[in-house]
Amino acid sequence: MQLHDLEQAFQDKIDQETKIEPRDWMPEAYRKTNVRQISQHAHSEIVGMLPEGNWISRAPSLKRKAILIAKVQDEAGHGLYLYSAAETLGTSRDQMIDDLNSGKAKYSSIFNYPTLTWADMGAVGWLVDGAAILNQVMLCRTSYGPYARAMVRICKEESFHQRQGFESLLVMSKGTAEQKAMCQDAINRWWWPSLMMFGPKDSESTNSDQSMKWKIKRKTNDELRQNFVDMIAVQIKLLGMTLPDPDLKWNEARHHYDFGEINWEEFWNVVKGNGPCNKQRLDARRKAHEEGAWVRAAASAYAEKQSQHQQKVA
Amino acid sequence: MNPCFVRKYLYGDIPEETGGSTEQQPTSAAAGWPLWEVFIRSKQGLDHKHAGSLRAADAAMAIENARDVYTRRQEGVSLWVVESKFIHASNPDDAESFYTPAEDKIYRHPTFYDLPDEVKHM
Repeated sequence: MQLHDLEQAFQDKIDQETKIEPRDWMPEAYRKTNVRQISQHAHSEIVGMLPEGNWISRAPSLKRKAILIAKVQDEAGHGLYLYSAAETLGTSRDQMIDDLNSGKAKYSSIFNYPTLTWADMGAVGWLVDGAAILNQVMLCRTSYGPYARAMVRICKEESFHQRQGFESLLVMSKGTAEQKAMCQDAINRWWWPSLMMFGPKDSESTNSDQSMKWKIKRKTNDELRQNFVDMIAVQIKLLGMTLPDPDLKWNEARHHYDFGEINWEEFWNVVKGNGPCNKQRLDARRKAHEEGAWVRAAASAYAEKQSQHQQKVA
Repeated sequence: MNPCFVRKYLYGDIPEETGGSTEQQPTSAAAGWPLWEVFIRSKQGLDHKHAGSLRAADAAMAIENARDVYTRRQEGVSLWVVESKFIHASNPDDAESFYTPAEDKIYRHPTFYDLPDEVKHM
């Protein structure tokens, strides 16, 4: 079979909604796109633990602390599911982690913003996880089997993340004047970065067309972003708060909310490494990796010794 | 088929060069821990079902990590872990000749047989 026949057979499978499994033939570009996307997704889960980990020791009650710990632990788990899925494509975990620590690999820019107050925990859950969920629900139907299966597991766990965030803000929104102000301030700071999570506009996105054709993605960046705005514009009313966008307005003709222009200069700046916390996040990851080296070495040495011992006994 | 377009993997879902075999590479932190496949029994009476994979230095650590990674919400009552390198899989390129012979043997299914309505449940 010639290359173009294989490619045609591959596209036919995709068109018929047959999932692609690791041992199936696939175009190199499909493999590479999936490795890039899945490993970036994994890195985002891992780095995403940092802004929230920041508040575990200062949670206002034992209940909120337990919730936050559970959420951060979920994120570690989600990172691990995704690293496993990426490994089925022939990349190694060590390589992926090295790429993250060296700054070569990207992760979601949202985690390069600081979590300044307790209300940020609510805003991150509601807005950041809310935006992530829209993307992740779509990815449950992605064409690469191991990625889709990881996403199904993640989505089952993720919905608590958004709900606890909204509920936490809801409590603050009914609190003292200071609590209300803190709630509004967190929403003001997280709104625009959350919109940026969906990536560049469709007209600027280089990966979108081919990813749609291969059904890696099933909705474009702009479609997902619009879904998000429509969802949040309704939910904000329940909080009695406002979104920091004077152009946000229901458009009867489109049956969607119109919204203002994103600051794309800021978006690209953070992507390129100049966000408020890029350096801090990478430093934290590197420090954890380096300081954990002796633990990894000790576990390997112990396993080696045990297996030698067993061989002797046998 | 031109072999340069086909990658053959031996270990289930995992490419052979990263199958995590401790036989091929010495166990060290630099070489990474072997890969394990995780199977969960969700309740008594059901089969263990493949849930995913993880890395661990040995079987005991694999079981503990599987508990933390795959059963945080009471997903299981029993866990199996097996090093991925020990899984052998059928070749997807052979799928047609391997599985389609069963396709024309419809007489293996109960619906192949037309029985009078009077025979109620059979």
